[in-house]
Amino acid sequence: MASQNVDRRNFLSKVAVASSAAAIPTVHAAEPANKTLPATEARRLAPPSVAQLAADTGEARPQLPASATDCGSDFMVDVIKTLNIDYIFSNPGSSFLGLHESIVNYGGNKSPEFITCMHEESSAAMANGYYKASGRPASILCHGTVGLQHASMALYNAWCDRVPLIAILGNTLDSTKRAGANDWRHSAQDPAAIVRDFTKWDDQPISLQAFAESMVQGYKISTTPPMEPIVLVADSQLQEMELVSRSGLSIPKLSPTLPPQGDAGALREAAQFLVAAERPVILADRLARTAEGMRLLVQLAETLNAPVVDLTSRQNMPTTHHLYQNAQNRKLVAQADVILGLEVTDFWGQINQFNRIDDSSSPRMKPGTKLIRIGVNDLYMKSNYQDFQRYAAVDLSIAGDGETTLPALIDAVKSAMSDNRKLSLAPRAEVYRKMYAENYEAARQAAAFGWDASPISTARLCMELWQQIKTEDWALVSVGASEGFISNWPHRLWHIDRHYQYLGYGAGGGVGYGLPAAVGAALANKALGRMSVNIQCDGDFMYANGALWTAAHHRIPLLTVMHNNRAYAQETMLLQGIANQRNRGVTTAKIGTAIEDPNIDYAKLAHGMGVWAEGPITDPKDLAPAIKRAIGVVKQGLPALIDVVTQSR
Amino acid sequence: MPQRYALAAAALTLWACSTIAAADETKPSVARGRDIFMKVGCYHCHGTHGQGSGAGLKLAPDPLPTEAIAQFIRATTSTMPAYSEHILSDSQIADIAAYLGSIPAARSPDAIPALKSSSQHVKPQR
Repeated sequence: MASQNVDRRNFLSKVAVASSAAAIPTVHAAEPANKTLPATEARRLAPPSVAQLAADTGEARPQLPASATDCGSDFMVDVIKTLNIDYIFSNPGSSFLGLHESIVNYGGNKSPEFITCMHEESSAAMANGYYKASGRPASILCHGTVGLQHASMALYNAWCDRVPLIAILGNTLDSTKRAGANDWRHSAQDPAAIVRDFTKWDDQPISLQAFAESMVQGYKISTTPPMEPIVLVADSQLQEMELVSRSGLSIPKLSPTLPPQGDAGALREAAQFLVAAERPVILADRLARTAEGMRLLVQLAETLNAPVVDLTSRQNMPTTHHLYQNAQNRKLVAQADVILGLEVTDFWGQINQFNRIDDSSSPRMKPGTKLIRIGVNDLYMKSNYQDFQRYAAVDLSIAGDGETTLPALIDAVKSAMSDNRKLSLAPRAEVYRKMYAENYEAARQAAAFGWDASPISTARLCMELWQQIKTEDWALVSVGASEGFISNWPHRLWHIDRHYQYLGYGAGGGVGYGLPAAVGAALANKALGRMSVNIQCDGDFMYANGALWTAAHHRIPLLTVMHNNRAYAQETMLLQGIANQRNRGVTTAKIGTAIEDPNIDYAKLAHGMGVWAEGPITDPKDLAPAIKRAIGVVKQGLPALIDVVTQSR
Repeated sequence: MPQRYALAAAALTLWACSTIAAADETKPSVARGRDIFMKVGCYHCHGTHGQGSGAGLKLAPDPLPTEAIAQFIRATTSTMPAYSEHILSDSQIADIAAYLGSIPAARSPDAIPALKSSSQHVKPQR
């Protein structure tokens, strides 16, 4: 196609011809790009001179002619718009200048809006959090080399978390078109190679039409369970080429793939096991993508009068329901005659116990327990990174999306259940109501221990926070790498009865997830009118604290409460354990794990990025008033941070 | 007082003090126990007040008898590796037990507003 063969440099040196034959509806900039500015503002915003650019980055690029009306990256923006991608999380880079410019000018910086980040790892983590809060995939934009290397950790977290994400990379494949040394450093033959082991699909299209088709195809692949990130390279030549005509270009319609449902015959068999069981247990992990997922799980559990252990990668079961039995996980598994795993990645780990000291393992369940597994894990996996987990031999393994399969499973259970069986199962409800009340009371008693301690107990941190947010439409958008770091207090004592009120954790265990994922989720919740709360571990915070600036800059309301135990506390414990095992003493476990001397002043860090903050708070009596003040700030639509010095766990 | 009586009295006082100190060192000490509890890192998993956490059992208030604590520390096969005499002496364990025994009973959750109100909002069935 002639119009697509226009060389970028030639295009930049001549006047472009307006296109009037777009094959698709286009969205134009909301405001003219060159509106008149006051003289002082104009000076402040003036671009660097050619000499400055040459000094900073090597050879300067010629400027676009003022009359340019259509170019490759404009078309790319139109492609992205058809997919209703709300946000592109990014920090600027020369390999995607064309696309960046088209987003903010041609596209009107809306759907997608460019969210300014301070690190590509933050960009990808924000996109992860945004999806989990909104259910809508977001995109990141970064250099194919230096940007993607930064983003790779957060992409791995998204991979382990089964989160769809569209990573768009800038690259200049044609080496004769690279402007200087930086363009060479920022180019690769195969940019996606470094993340191919933990992304679902990638492509490097060499024409605009191929870009359109790959973008839609990639989106479809990414959002088909098991949902995973994909990578698409936007070649700089394609971005910056003139589009004399859009003749011959079209954007394919997205035809989403319906999530797969488990086989009906296998579900009937599973239902027979479940109905016949005297002590069935349901384990649920990445099950509930939507409110419907939670509703269906409750329906299944109530139909069987079976307890549910929520493994909390998503909020699957309301913590207020009497069949929510996380506190009895081990006991229930040990006594079970049938265990149903719904979207459980580490099924082996749930039914076996591993002893870290001598590397031995033993079953948690009794011999003869029937095991049923429903999920999409077996439908797509890669071999190098080991997130597929240890093989679990089960009696019935059903490939299908859990949430999609639940209605058919519930129907099968109802069909398999006689009226007599229904009557005989009814007394279980009372047993679990009593157990639920005991669990709750035990947790309340446990929370009271160390209540007045300083450093402040994690129970007090969580319950003082809960006390003040529970009347709001709240969401705990992040707890960092694990809720275990705060002894699972929210799941033990908070009333979490909406699927969006808890979004899981950094699934790959990659540190630096907590804050940026929270900011991404809070951006989604801002539009939904929900108050976002982030309990933020200090070690995790220091990996990606620039995300606070993003929250301040984009006016993203988010309450961050620091769980500041002044250590990589998990590692302190593990180092102490291995040193003790080797009989070498335990007093050196803080070397390399403590974050003290000097103590980090997180409130000052936040202030420096334009975020309201208080702390460090060491007296537990000061905590509740500080939370109240911070909530006042968040209600004004702004981020706030409270630094709380806490117990290790 | 003649000088020699004064010296004798001072010597007697010194002897008495050193004897008392020696006796105190053999007796479990709450202060020493707290220092050891912090120094050897018990607090990482069990909390500074022995309140327990997701990583370690509650130890206080109402700790196990010293002998039971010692037995557990020496022979545990749980996640926590056993502590040998080389790492933690019997007298240090006794000091830790004394510290744990000194921790006062927790307040009732009903007396704590942030915990009391939780129970009032329990919705056991949807």
